[in-house]
Amino acid sequence: MKILVAVKRVVDYNVKVRVKADNTGVDLANVKMSMNPFCEIAVEEAVRLKEKGVATEVIAVSIGPTAAQEQLRTALALGADRAILVDCAEDLSSLAVAKLLKAVVDKEQPQLVILGKQAIDSDNNQTGQMLAALSGYGQGTFASAVDVSGESVKVTREIDGGLQTVDLKLPAIVTTDLRLNEPRYASLPNIMKAKKKPMEVLKPDDLGVSTASTVKTIKVEAPTARSAGIKVGSVDELVDKLKNQAKVI
Amino acid sequence: MTILVIAEHNNAALNAATLNTVAAAKAIGGDIDLLVAGEGCSAVADEAGKVEGVTKVLLADNAAYGHQLPENIALLVAELGKNYSHVICAASTNGKNYMPRVAALLDVDQISEITDVESADTFKRPIYAGNAIATVQSDAAIKVITVRTTGFDPVSAEGGSASVEAVSSAQDAGVSSFVNEELAKSDRPELAGAKIVVSGGRGMQNGENFEMLYTLADKLGAAVGASRAAVDAGFVPNDMQVGQTGKIVAPQLYIAVGISGAIQHLAGMKDSKVIVAINKDEEAPIFGVADYGLVADLFEAIPELESKV
Repeated sequence: MKILVAVKRVVDYNVKVRVKADNTGVDLANVKMSMNPFCEIAVEEAVRLKEKGVATEVIAVSIGPTAAQEQLRTALALGADRAILVDCAEDLSSLAVAKLLKAVVDKEQPQLVILGKQAIDSDNNQTGQMLAALSGYGQGTFASAVDVSGESVKVTREIDGGLQTVDLKLPAIVTTDLRLNEPRYASLPNIMKAKKKPMEVLKPDDLGVSTASTVKTIKVEAPTARSAGIKVGSVDELVDKLKNQAKVI
Repeated sequence: MTILVIAEHNNAALNAATLNTVAAAKAIGGDIDLLVAGEGCSAVADEAGKVEGVTKVLLADNAAYGHQLPENIALLVAELGKNYSHVICAASTNGKNYMPRVAALLDVDQISEITDVESADTFKRPIYAGNAIATVQSDAAIKVITVRTTGFDPVSAEGGSASVEAVSSAQDAGVSSFVNEELAKSDRPELAGAKIVVSGGRGMQNGENFEMLYTLADKLGAAVGASRAAVDAGFVPNDMQVGQTGKIVAPQLYIAVGISGAIQHLAGMKDSKVIVAINKDEEAPIFGVADYGLVADLFEAIPELESKV
């Protein structure tokens, strides 16, 4: 079966972002960009399913700026077979991304689509669910285990109280949680090979999708800063401060 | 303007997160209808009717909604939602699971995890792991929103007298089924709503050492949390994780033990009223946000702290 994996180019998770002085957004000029960590886990899972003989082809897709080709090359180096870039503006809403992915799903007809559960920049946690709604497929979100057998997939999900397992008819949508797997590193020979793998570039217009949004960002501010307090010298002093100064115990 | 709030519950009792969500609905303004969808959940609907500020309770009691499968719940909520100006629910794993599906069915964008209401169409929400706060405005006919419950003080669970109205709709998409559930059992307060949280990180070294934190927590009436490092190392189950990808907490007192304070962990706890850090590395970033820091070996400091509170 064919697996489609969606990947997003985001600011690297270790970067401490700064809000722009004019409050229009965060400053991404000259900041290290990487593949969203949850998307890496999605690619790894797809590649493992291919190695197990469950999948025959893994297609990586990104909806983003031209520079997102870098992240698609990374996915190819990790083991994806080919890539599709839908070249468009950087800050599309999750719904617009889901609509573009739906168009790619219609075109490619994968049996399984794997996405990250959320992008670490917008922190929306929406796209996979929206794609599932638009295609009418079942969804296994926040997955920590995926088991494909026959015409269905069992997904173990991380929920507030523990774990839940659901059974979904294929085709289905899965979004990854951090504990699903540990992504591998791309080796140099694989990075070199990835350069020769095919990458198709499409435009939203080619897919006949409008990317208009009903939500606009008015401003972006830095959160109220929390300053360092005091260092106490002993447990006694700590207990005293908590009891008499902060009055929390 | 009428707001549909979807209740969070386990078919037997209303989850406290619902009260924070109703508070967010009150901040938006308008009549508030509370939807209880589940299986054998009429007791929850009775409880929901007593919640302060609720106009009407809608009860959708059907086997299709028993395990809150998003494929079924989303069809129901999208069908009911057409008559409302806002559809909102808590940003729990349930809410995060079905609400984007609802939004897509209604063809509108969803606004995730709001922490503040500026007006009926303008909201604040954290982005980049809480390192920036975005103010967003929606011109969607139906505003689909999830609420970060720690951003809103709960309304009272008593005092309301809403009528309960049954919804006959039984939507079953037929693409998914529930297999089983493994819930962690604990007598301690629920992490997300606890007044005091004691969290351990990699510095705890192993799962047995968490016993020290449990003893301290029991004495304080606290919940126990963990950093991702502690969860990944197998010290504790993942539902204890506090952070960008785990639970967001904002207790009165947060005690971070053997936690360095990575960006992703801070995202989950930096709105706590008082933060205490106990760490032997005085350069640990956690000291940059802690109100009270103690540079000490946790294996000495925690038993001592436990004996003195």
